[in-house]
Formats: sequence, structure tokens, C-alpha cells
Amino acid sequence: MTNQVFSDVVREFKGDPSELIPVLQRVQAADGYLSSDSLTRISRWLRISENEIYGVATFFAQFRFTQPGEHIIKVCLGTACHVKGGEQILEVLKRRLDVQPGRATADGKYQLERVACLGCCALAPVLSIDEKVYGETSVLRVHQMIEERENRENA
Amino acid sequence: MRTLEAQRNRAIQAWNELQNNARPLIYIGAASCGLAAGAAEVIDAIRRYLAERRKEADILKVGCIGPCYLEPLVDIQMPGNPRVSYSNITPDLVKQLFNSFFENGEVFKPHLVGHFGLNGFADAPKFFEHPMLARQVRIVLRNCGIIDPEKIDHYLARDGYKALEKCLSMPWSDVLEMVKASGIRGRGGAGFPTWRKWLVCRETASDMRYLICNADEGDPGAFMNRSLIEGDPHSVLEGMLIAGYTIGACKGIIYIRAEYPLAIERLKSAISQMRELGLLGRQILGSDFDFDIHIKEGAGAFVCGEETALIASIEGRRGMPRTRPPFPAVSGLAGKPTIINNVETLGTLPNIIRNGADWYSSYGTETSKGTKTFSLVGKVRRTGLIEVPLGTTLRNVIDDVGGGSAKGFKAVQTGGPSGGCLGEEFLDSPIDYESLAAAGSIMGSGGLIVLDKNTCIVDTAKYFLNFTQAESCGKCVPCRVGTRHLVDILEKISHGHGEISDIAKLERLAVTIKGGALCGLGQTAPNPVLTALKYFRGEFLAHIIDKRCPAAVCRDLVIYRIIKDKCTGCQRCVKVCPTGAITGPRSEAHNLDLSKCIKCRSCYEICRFDAIAGDAIVIESGV
Repeated sequence: MTNQVFSDVVREFKGDPSELIPVLQRVQAADGYLSSDSLTRISRWLRISENEIYGVATFFAQFRFTQPGEHIIKVCLGTACHVKGGEQILEVLKRRLDVQPGRATADGKYQLERVACLGCCALAPVLSIDEKVYGETSVLRVHQMIEERENRENA
Repeated sequence: MRTLEAQRNRAIQAWNELQNNARPLIYIGAASCGLAAGAAEVIDAIRRYLAERRKEADILKVGCIGPCYLEPLVDIQMPGNPRVSYSNITPDLVKQLFNSFFENGEVFKPHLVGHFGLNGFADAPKFFEHPMLARQVRIVLRNCGIIDPEKIDHYLARDGYKALEKCLSMPWSDVLEMVKASGIRGRGGAGFPTWRKWLVCRETASDMRYLICNADEGDPGAFMNRSLIEGDPHSVLEGMLIAGYTIGACKGIIYIRAEYPLAIERLKSAISQMRELGLLGRQILGSDFDFDIHIKEGAGAFVCGEETALIASIEGRRGMPRTRPPFPAVSGLAGKPTIINNVETLGTLPNIIRNGADWYSSYGTETSKGTKTFSLVGKVRRTGLIEVPLGTTLRNVIDDVGGGSAKGFKAVQTGGPSGGCLGEEFLDSPIDYESLAAAGSIMGSGGLIVLDKNTCIVDTAKYFLNFTQAESCGKCVPCRVGTRHLVDILEKISHGHGEISDIAKLERLAVTIKGGALCGLGQTAPNPVLTALKYFRGEFLAHIIDKRCPAAVCRDLVIYRIIKDKCTGCQRCVKVCPTGAITGPRSEAHNLDLSKCIKCRSCYEICRFDAIAGDAIVIESGV
């Protein structure tokens, strides 16, 4: 967390311990993850032990503790997506990008995440890349999507 | 007391003008589901079309009207004509669609859904008589897809905030009586009578009370709350004001999951519009009622749908439930009386207050009054968001509204991870709190996931238990350890290593967890396994005794096979196979080396959708 981000956070919040989760969300929105340095600074400011902050942060699925890849791919594994083959879409991405869910690819380009539900169940199976949600995907469509992206980058 | 009459009259006038817009008016469903289907690209294409041809038209972005499988929906209202709806419009179709209007003055038949006029129009059917909509009763969803959710004036023009005005002129006890007489029960899942909870809160002496709107829609496969907030945020906010007034709260918090960015944005803009009109803050509309609303973003924990866990997370702690009593209505947030209501419950309130308790209770059954929204998804022809009176049978919903299952209905999953799978024999039972509970499932928040013959029940049960196991907060042993063991046994069965004694183990463990867990998550987590065992025991036995997955889903129990007579040797599967398991020269039937096959489904899909032969690769039960 840069000094700028930290001073913004201090200005935007009251500094009350009950604000811990919104503060963590704000820092992650700025940095993409929660670095151990960030946790230390938040701990001193809110007067909550680092252990406790870590306990809270690890409890919730939203927080991550390593630098994410540049583009975040979220594969939805809600019930509708599961019965329509979401698990297989995740498998294909794991294999093609050579990465496990929750991690970034070696080149730092992609972050693969599994999510509980994106709320577009009628269009299952669904995945999102950064903010854009793609409905009615398939194993095949995923192959195409990656190839299209690779071609665009190589062009 | 002040009313919003002047503002409302202006809004009604503008609304009426919009219905008779002098320029073509284009409505686009731009909720999350519409956007996922490509609505944004369609809007761009329409703008380009209009600019190229120098045509003038107004574009209105509306919420989800329900039939998500028809998205992107584009509705066009030409001057003097009613609004006409077209389905599955891609950017490529935009030119054809608009040419038929602008150049030929005709409706675009190939993608026509229906019109919104009161009388007939150009042989087009009426939109609301579409088979998916004909049976529905839209009360809480009445504005979704109709109004621009970012304009408070649209909401006002359709009787918005009238219910609030009515409440503020009544004593709180009269509002409570109305809600009691309406018979509405909590729409979050448990179905506790709303008024009873409110009364406990109101009667607990305190200097401060809180109202929390639970928008942490955690059930995978459910999106009713998201759609309602995205399509008509003010109905939920007005409901919060009504609830806040009745229970004597002056602070409202919306706890919404961070995975719903568009819904959060809509709420933020709606709240700032409310402030401008004096609908939030001190002395609302000149009454002595003070109320303010804040948004808290959930950080992703299913257990936070549980009231005490939700409160813990708002207080900045791990979202772990505590024992009850005291119930939150007595001692909740910061130790003060707190009411937590679901989005849909709150969104329904303005309708009850405006139209009366008798009107609302005329819908539904003896014990389950009113309507309920459901997300109808899975292996069903017409997927989307629906609202039907309680007491409607599952058959009516799945066959009439949803159009049935293309590959043969097997079961419907209600109540998410806390519910169960109900088979054919339950199709004629009514959807109400009691009937679903008697069948071993629950109403839940409203996910209805249809499973067909190609869905494996063991796999589905395993899926839900994996979910609850991962979401278990770990506080109590029955849930933490018990769900882990359930998953392990189900894994074993789905890998083909199950033993006959495993069934009894599953059942004993499930009953123990139900009886011993601390909160609703654990107490209901075994339901998917118990219902599966009760109604689909044969499928478990097939996995255990025959080592066979009848639906050909469980990966260790299926094989992929190329039908030599059908294979044209087009090489598409050879190219897509990531492990080189498929080989063979062009124009000759290919070979599949099972020892290399990782069952990734790539070849199967490419053969079905993209290859010459079409269905030369099959997935079969076998090892």
C-alpha cells in the first residue's frame, strides 16, 4: 500500500474497529490484494492485532494475499452452472493457462478464480473476465476466447 | 406532513409523455443477465445504426423483465404504436431489425415476442400472454423491465412512495396490523411471520433500533434479489422506510454481496435521489420519523445469510453465528434490537400497504400468502426470473412457465444448499412453506434448479455438500467435521469405491448433523443428501453396486467413445484434444486412446457444435 493510498483510507474512514472489513475492501480495491505491509499498517491504525485482522480477512472469500494476475477470470460454479458443466470449464482453463484457482499465471497475465455464483444463472454456464460477464459458455467457447485473446496480443 | 404530490404529478406527466413518445423509444434489458447476454454490444450497435442513418430515437435501459433465455431483449415503441418486444438480438441483427421498422414500417417477425399494448397490434401476440409470463402474477416485480431503475421519477409515476406517505399518516401499530393481516412471511427462506419479529423488536425497550436489509443472496443458483434491486431499487428502499417506521428504527443498513456491483451502483444512485427529495434523513416528509440508509458490502461468506453471523460481519468480525436466544430482534447489532428482512419481503411491503392486506392475502394458500419470486434455471427450456402465487404446483412452474425439460425431467432442486431434490412424484404438490418442508426440502430464497436425466443425483448431492463444507464457519463440530465426512463418503461413491454400508453411514451422519449443529447452515446442510437418498436411492446403488453412473456424469465412471460409423474424420477433435488422445488421418474414422483421455469434454463439444458429423463422440456410463 502506497503512502498515498494509506492517507486516502485514513481520510475516508473514521478509524473505528468496526470498519475493518470496508477498510480491507478499500485497500484491496486499490492494490489488488492485501500485502503483509498493508495489514501491519491497518493494524496499527485501527488498533486491532494483526492476528485478528488476518483471522477476519481469511474468513471471507473476497480477500487475497498475493498479487493477482493482470486479468481476473472468474468461473462461476453456482448450481445452475455446475449442472451445465461449469466444473469442466474450470478444468480447461486450469490446463490451458497452467494455473490453479486462486493463483496468477506464471507470466502474471491471468488470475483464475472460482466463484460461488455470479447471479446470471439463467445463462449458465457463466464466467467473467475482469468486469465483463459471458453467458452460455462452453468448453469450446473457452478455447476460442483464449485463442482470440492470444491472437489479439500477438497481432 | 408534506407529500410528494407535486413531484409525483410532474413525474406522471413525463411518464405519460414517454408512453406516447414523439420519437421511437427503444427499451433494452440492461440488468446483469442482459449484459452477460451481450446487451452492451447491442446498445453500441443500435447507436451506430442510428448515427449512420441520422435517425433520432431515445434509448431506455430497463431492468430484467424475466425471460432471461430471450436476452438480449430489445423492445421498440414507434410513435403511435405500442412497445413491441424482440428476443435474442445480437449486434449483427440490429440492422435487419431496425430496417424493418424504419424502411418497411413492419414488425420484425423472426424475433418477435409480443407487444405491450392493451388492444391487438399487427397480429403480434401480447407480451404478457407469452407462455412464460401468462401464469405469473407480478407484484414485487411489477416495475422490473418497465421503468428506468435509475430514475426516481419513473418509480413515483407508478405510485412510488405512496405507501410511505400512507404509513406516515398512520400510527405504527396500524401498519403492523396491516402487515399481520396480509399474512406475509419472511421471503429469505425460513418463512417466519414478518409482523411477529417486528413486534418483538418494537416492544423491546431501547434508545436505538436497527433495520438490516439482507441482500447477501448466497444461494448458488438464485438471483431474485439481484434482479429486483437492479430493476426496481426504490421498491426495496421504500419497504425499508416502512419497516423502519413500524419497528421504530432510525438506521437502516443494506448488507449486499460484493459480487453484485451493478446492484450496488443502482442502490447508491437511488439513495442519493431519495436524499434530494427528503426521503432520507431527519423528519422525513415533515413527519417526526428520522431514518437513514447505509450500504455494507459483504465480503463473500455464505454463512453471513444467518442473522447473527451477518451482524458479526457488520461489526467487523469473522462472520460466525452465535447461539440464540437472545434473538437479534431483542439484542442484535451493537446489542440493540435489530430486524433483518430479506430484499423480497421489503420490496413487497409497499404493495401491501398501497393495495391493502385483503388484496395481498387473496393470493396464495391458507398458510402461505401472496406471491414468491423464483429463479427458474438449470435443465429447463425457458429460464429466468418468475413470480407466481404461492400454492402454484411445481408442475405448473416447470412445465407451463418453464416449458419443461428437453431431455426428460428428473428432479427439481429447491432451497439451495439447505434444500433438496424432489422427483416426479412431487410435481403436483403446491409450492408453499409446509409442503416443501414435509417433502424434506425447504422453500428457501427461491432458487428452482431443474435437473434432467443427464444430471447425476450423487454428483448434485456432492456438489452441495462440497459447498456447505467449504462455507462452514468451523465453530461447531457437527457442521465442521460432519460435513467433511459427508463429502468424503460421497466422493468415494462417485469415484466408484462406495460400499453398501456407506448409505447407512450417510444417513446416520446426516441426522446427527441436523440435530447437533449450531445454526441454520449446519442444521439444513444434510438435506440434499437425505432427499437424494430418500427419493433416488437406486442411483446411489447403481454407483455402489454396479460401479455405474446412469446419467454418465461422474468422471471416474464414464468413458468417451468415437462411433466409427458416424465419424467423418474431420480432425476437429484431434486439434482440440489437449493430451493427444485422439489420432487419425483426415477422412478416416479417428481413434481415441482411453489411457490418454482426461475426459475434458472438448472433443465431445466440438463434435456436437462444430464438426461435420455432429454426434460421433459419446459419453457413456462405463469404466
